[in-house]
Amino acid sequence: MSETSLPPVTTTPAAPTREETPLRRFARSFIEDRVALLGLLVFATIVLLALAAPLIAPQNPYDLAAVDVMDSRQPPGAVAGEGFTMWLGSDGVGRDLLSGILYGLRISLMVGAFSGLIAATVGMTVGLIAAYAGGKVETVIMRLVDLQLSLPSVLVALILVAALGKGVDKIIIALVIVQWAYYARTVRGSALVERRKEYVEAAQSLGLSHARTVFRHILPNCLAPVIVIATVQTAHAISLEATLSFLGVGLPQTEPSLGVLIANGFQYMISGSYWISVFPGLALLMTIVSINLVGDRLRDVLNPRLEK
Amino acid sequence: MAAFILRRLAQALFVIGAMLVIVFFGVNVVGDPIYMLVSPEMNQEQIAETARSLGLDRPIWEQFLIFLRNAVQGDLGRSFVHGESAIKLILSRMPATLELALVALFMAIVIGLPLGLYAGLKPESKASRAIMAISILGFSLPTFWVGLMLILAFAVGLGWLPATGRGETVSVLGIETSLLTVDGWQHVALPALNLALLKISLVIRLARAGAREAALMDYVKFARAKGLSQSRIIGVHILKNIMIPIVTVLGLEFGSLVAFSVVTETIFAWPGMGRLLLEAITRLDRPVIVAYVMVVVVLFVTINLLVDLVYSALDPRVRLTEAST
Repeated sequence: MSETSLPPVTTTPAAPTREETPLRRFARSFIEDRVALLGLLVFATIVLLALAAPLIAPQNPYDLAAVDVMDSRQPPGAVAGEGFTMWLGSDGVGRDLLSGILYGLRISLMVGAFSGLIAATVGMTVGLIAAYAGGKVETVIMRLVDLQLSLPSVLVALILVAALGKGVDKIIIALVIVQWAYYARTVRGSALVERRKEYVEAAQSLGLSHARTVFRHILPNCLAPVIVIATVQTAHAISLEATLSFLGVGLPQTEPSLGVLIANGFQYMISGSYWISVFPGLALLMTIVSINLVGDRLRDVLNPRLEK
Repeated sequence: MAAFILRRLAQALFVIGAMLVIVFFGVNVVGDPIYMLVSPEMNQEQIAETARSLGLDRPIWEQFLIFLRNAVQGDLGRSFVHGESAIKLILSRMPATLELALVALFMAIVIGLPLGLYAGLKPESKASRAIMAISILGFSLPTFWVGLMLILAFAVGLGWLPATGRGETVSVLGIETSLLTVDGWQHVALPALNLALLKISLVIRLARAGAREAALMDYVKFARAKGLSQSRIIGVHILKNIMIPIVTVLGLEFGSLVAFSVVTETIFAWPGMGRLLLEAITRLDRPVIVAYVMVVVVLFVTINLLVDLVYSALDPRVRLTEAST
């Protein structure tokens, strides 16, 4: 996060001293909460592991030549035919589960990050337009937002994948459509407050264009609640993708996210090979919970009303 | 009041109409379903014949007009796979889903309310913190994952409860229900708990917030000063006041329970309409998808409408602000 993207207005109501930049103040107040710090560390570790997967995974799970069917359904700690230890066991076709999880994390995180970014961009733009334009435009946009938010996200996502089909790009589109309304509603809420403030009037009387006023002046001051929403929504997107993939309507077998891995293990679970489903599930859980912990803390830190 | 009801009714009908259009065109841009239905040995002529018999050879807008005309008469097409009326198919699976959702709703109240009350009345105790931690987990955990763990623990590990299917059913007034047999309850316990988990967390939070607020109110202090027992203060005075928002929210959440049952029904092989939807999606059975969505949307709109009307009857401010905007 760069320093300029943090709104100074919301984090420092008092004049900052030379050493106390808004970002430092924010960081210090964030780490005061040990649980949130732990969440942040866990999440950072998960991201690093996912990024480094090709370097640290004992096996490339997509490489058919590296996978041996003789190794299938081995319990955690068994040694593979090639000599390395499969700490988390292997799945139904003999893939090392730890490697599968590391690669699966990449896909799950990527889907979450991309859908979150696009949804945030679309939602913020639409929300700002609604707040700034007002009138009929606002009514139409907000009715659409209300309509969408009144339907449960699982159902909307299911119908969308039914219409779009399988694949990473289609899932991202579906998740964007599910999520944009949350961003739009949040941004509109804060933009409505901001646009009545004097700096907006100043920008307008300087003759700045509408676009410049909205995106350079109003938008930065609406970012604090968006950051909070973004963490919660990204965790939700990852969970939703896993759910859809588990149900067999999300990602195909060729792009095994954590949800696909869990689904693959489901059939073996009844017969006692619990690890094939349980370990990818724990990885998914740690990802979601750590993001939520960070989001919870951000909500407290970025809320100016709670400031002492 | 009459104008308010009419306006709300018109809005509800508009939403249903809009969804009808969106869903029909949304679902019908998917790949050609005809190739999923014919056997590979069929020649071109036979394929064309099948397409004609299902009305798939006509232009999309014509299909839509026919669909619309039939929809008004309560006919949402025939399932490509089952050959039955789609709406009948959905409705025949509906009791199983509603049964599951109702048991889940019941569980949410029975489990969530006492826990939330306790956490609200003793906010500093260790047990309260544990309860709140559990409720945060309840929000974070994906439903399908919890379902798997429930199966692993109670069906595979302990062997207490069956993992899949619906138990023995009894017909009451023409509706099959499994809630009157022991076998039925054993089968419904795990899936209902799975479905209820999110709502249990929700009820805990609502009850906790409500109880914390109510405990400071004058009427509670007065009741205490009168010398009423603690259980009477909590059971009558506090509970009555916090039940209103909880019941409202749960009413609105009933629709989401039905929607989430798609996940739960698939895991526990529960023969409800959610599982039917998933089968329809994987087999591109368009009429069933459309019919499912319409049934759920009507259910949603009806619930929202009822909640709105009850609210405006209880609280005139809702009506007045509505009229002024």
